[in-house]
Amino acid sequence: MSAFRQSVEAMIPALRRYARALARDADIADDLVQDTLVRALRSERLFLGGDVRSWLYTILTNLNKNRRRSLARRPQFMQLSENNPDASGTEAEGRDIEKALATLVEEQRSVLLLVMLEGLSYREVADIQGVPIGTVMSRLARARAHIKAALEGERPALRRVK
Amino acid sequence: MSDRKISVTEDELHAYVDGELPAERRADVEAWLAAHPEEAERVNSWRAMAELLHARYDTVAQEPVPRRLELERLVQRPRQWLYGAAAAALLAFVAGGAVGWVAHGAANTPSTFQSFTEDALDAHRLYVVEVRHPVEVPGNERDHLQAWLTKRCGWTVFAPNLEASGLKLVGGRLLPGPNGPASFLMYEGASGERFTIYSAKTETGETQMRYTAMNKDGALFWADRGVGYVVSGGGDRDRLTKVARAVYDQAEKNGS
Repeated sequence: MSAFRQSVEAMIPALRRYARALARDADIADDLVQDTLVRALRSERLFLGGDVRSWLYTILTNLNKNRRRSLARRPQFMQLSENNPDASGTEAEGRDIEKALATLVEEQRSVLLLVMLEGLSYREVADIQGVPIGTVMSRLARARAHIKAALEGERPALRRVK
Repeated sequence: MSDRKISVTEDELHAYVDGELPAERRADVEAWLAAHPEEAERVNSWRAMAELLHARYDTVAQEPVPRRLELERLVQRPRQWLYGAAAAALLAFVAGGAVGWVAHGAANTPSTFQSFTEDALDAHRLYVVEVRHPVEVPGNERDHLQAWLTKRCGWTVFAPNLEASGLKLVGGRLLPGPNGPASFLMYEGASGERFTIYSAKTETGETQMRYTAMNKDGALFWADRGVGYVVSGGGDRDRLTKVARAVYDQAEKNGS
């Protein structure tokens, strides 16, 4: 296997994590990863060095943006999470963060996940989104404020339901 | 230290948490945070947020990679499809340059379950309003209905008993599905509310239940052993979920 393919393969677990948090649906997330990989493999000869990791995140981020655009008029699907009403504290927290993420606008969610979950630098995220670093930082600040508010608002509401 | 030097911006706080702050500025920020507990609390909440994200999503990265994502399999996909994708990728690459990569078009086909559920909801809306001819085979011929649909569809079609949910079998019909014939069963409650069960072959092997709502109707999709099911009904999601569970449980007992 070529060095290029090895570096692509090594990225699959992280791409799946990012896609799952971005798209919130396991099947859609793996569809995104699959499309990303197919594109990357077909463009192997066009890849003239540079950072494979950032490049893969860029493809996935753009595919998701296109997907959302084409689905804008379709019904929104969500996973039924009532299956497990006795979820442990960690699972309940996982659901809270999922719901909070769902309330973010697309670019903010992507910045937040790339920085906080995937550990990319501001510079890399700016290149991925094709915007100046200042824009990345303001998106990140807004996303953090929004998630914080959503998490703090969500908890009491959940307890009341129970 | 002058006040000017110690004053810290919002951007610097984020950069501090994300390890992007120049090393020589760290001590200033830390001193400033020590003097501003509310801001320190906010910074800590960002750290806690990162922990929540990792706690929720790191397990995904630890899962074994599904077979459909293995590179060996992906390079062996049908040629025709690949050329399309390659052309789109090439165009995007040339247009976007190595850094500003822009991916367009081609791979935006909706997931199977989405178009599948839309087909089912279309059938639901078409037939539930029908008063005189909602079905081809009436519910009092349940055995015949099941045998006929099973024969035409190619898997065991079973019309569940939903009387515990207050629903009576109206009957069923055969419909064209995405991959061959589809079976369509209709149930009715005492107040005239109608639920339908649409099932057809699907490439999706097995999935969890997914809910969607479209206008006034709700639908639950799941797939089991290569057959996709959609239970559709009126707006009440809890009621729909209960009906769908009953259908699922009985299909489970009677399936294969």
